[in-house]
Amino acid sequence: MILYFLSLALFVMGLYCLVAKKNIIKKVIGIVITEYSINMFLILVGYRDGGIAPVLMKGMDNSEIAAGSVDPLPQALVLTSIVIGLGVLALMVSICLRLYEKYKTFDMSEIKRLRG
Amino acid sequence: MEIFLLILTLIMVIGSIIAIETRNLLSSVISVGVVGFCLSIVFLMLGAPDIAITQVVVEILILVILIRATITTDNTSIEKHKDTFAVVTSLIFFGLFLIFAFLAVQEIHQFGDPLMRVSQKYLADGAKETGATNIVTSVLLDYRAYDTIGEATVLFTSIVGAFVILRRRGRKQRKEKDVEKVGILDDEDIKKDFGGF
Amino acid sequence: MNRDIDKEIHNEAHGMTSIVKTVARFLMGIIFIFGAYIILYGHLTPGGGFAGGIILACGYILLTMSFGKEIGLRKLTDNWASILDNTGALLFLVIGLLGFTAGSFFLNFLGKGNIFDLFSAGTIPLNNIAIGIKVLASVFAVFIALSIFGRVVSDYVEDEEV
Repeated sequence: MILYFLSLALFVMGLYCLVAKKNIIKKVIGIVITEYSINMFLILVGYRDGGIAPVLMKGMDNSEIAAGSVDPLPQALVLTSIVIGLGVLALMVSICLRLYEKYKTFDMSEIKRLRG
Repeated sequence: MEIFLLILTLIMVIGSIIAIETRNLLSSVISVGVVGFCLSIVFLMLGAPDIAITQVVVEILILVILIRATITTDNTSIEKHKDTFAVVTSLIFFGLFLIFAFLAVQEIHQFGDPLMRVSQKYLADGAKETGATNIVTSVLLDYRAYDTIGEATVLFTSIVGAFVILRRRGRKQRKEKDVEKVGILDDEDIKKDFGGF
Repeated sequence: MNRDIDKEIHNEAHGMTSIVKTVARFLMGIIFIFGAYIILYGHLTPGGGFAGGIILACGYILLTMSFGKEIGLRKLTDNWASILDNTGALLFLVIGLLGFTAGSFFLNFLGKGNIFDLFSAGTIPLNNIAIGIKVLASVFAVFIALSIFGRVVSDYVEDEEV
């Protein structure tokens, strides 16, 4: 219970960093922290008490896995989410570098000429 | 076991507070590294070795990319001026969010007692039906491979986007008078500047 | 492969110092073997295409960072990286489409084989290899793009005034 709450607190801290900070790199860091908290929450939801990893070893019966393993479905989804996070981070950092090159600053309030 | 998880999560919370509030961008990036590596240990303890491996390796790459973004630019520290209105408003809203999150967490099933209606079938029949002993892989690449192709599409698109934003020259070689006219960088400029990564 | 690296190891002109180069040359083979193991045994042990691809890309990134751009790009150029990226994605899609020969999209149409064998589980190892190639190429391409094209030039000519 308290672990769920702590991961949601991490989520809120990432969102705060995303909204209230002026520096673009700080905003990127906020997105990264938010993503970590969501991954952690999904894995926490799928945990079973005393659970083993969902990998069948030699000499292990199939019913042993079925009775005592943790949930494999959130693990498969989080595995894709981590790699997507890496790609999106690279895209964000490249946009930040181009913005720095054009405006010579990372500060969001000084980038005034940004228009849609 | 749960005590250990609690300690790791508290370290993650402290690390992210430092990452958010510190003035120096480089120490902020390093604090993100602390959060990520603690997260990989949490994954390992929660019975997810696949994700623990991936998280460790991805965390190294995230650090490389973020340090690349901060260290080559000149100002790595932040001047202090704050938008007080945005800070106060977001603190109020996120406090409200935390209260509702606390109420919502009471209603979810207990920690350590998951609902596994779909996954029970994967666990029971996965090794027999697909032949793969790693059930996560059999979910990822056999039962739900359609999700994985969506993931590959998103990764492909983001990489193409990064290339388009970063590439200053087109791939097609231009003629000489075009180069003089537009002022596009040539190969010498590009060769000059790699060693100090 | 080793001839270039042996020649470059005392060359202080590009790359880092020779301590870093010696350690990197020692570690690189181990990293590549570990990445290949993680990909090939992804259906039997923890791991798989994503983790293994990123480990292989980390090997190339270590090579590029310690020996400088020339040696790194001689092993895998950015054009080849984007070609490999497309190849991995297309290979994955083609394996999915081949499932239609037996019935439906992404059907595991090959034989399952014996459990715990390296050559078992039908299309899953092939999918792992395709995803490994794709992730390796795309991560390395992003690194190359960030470190070569992404440098901040001081005398940047603004080509249009907003």
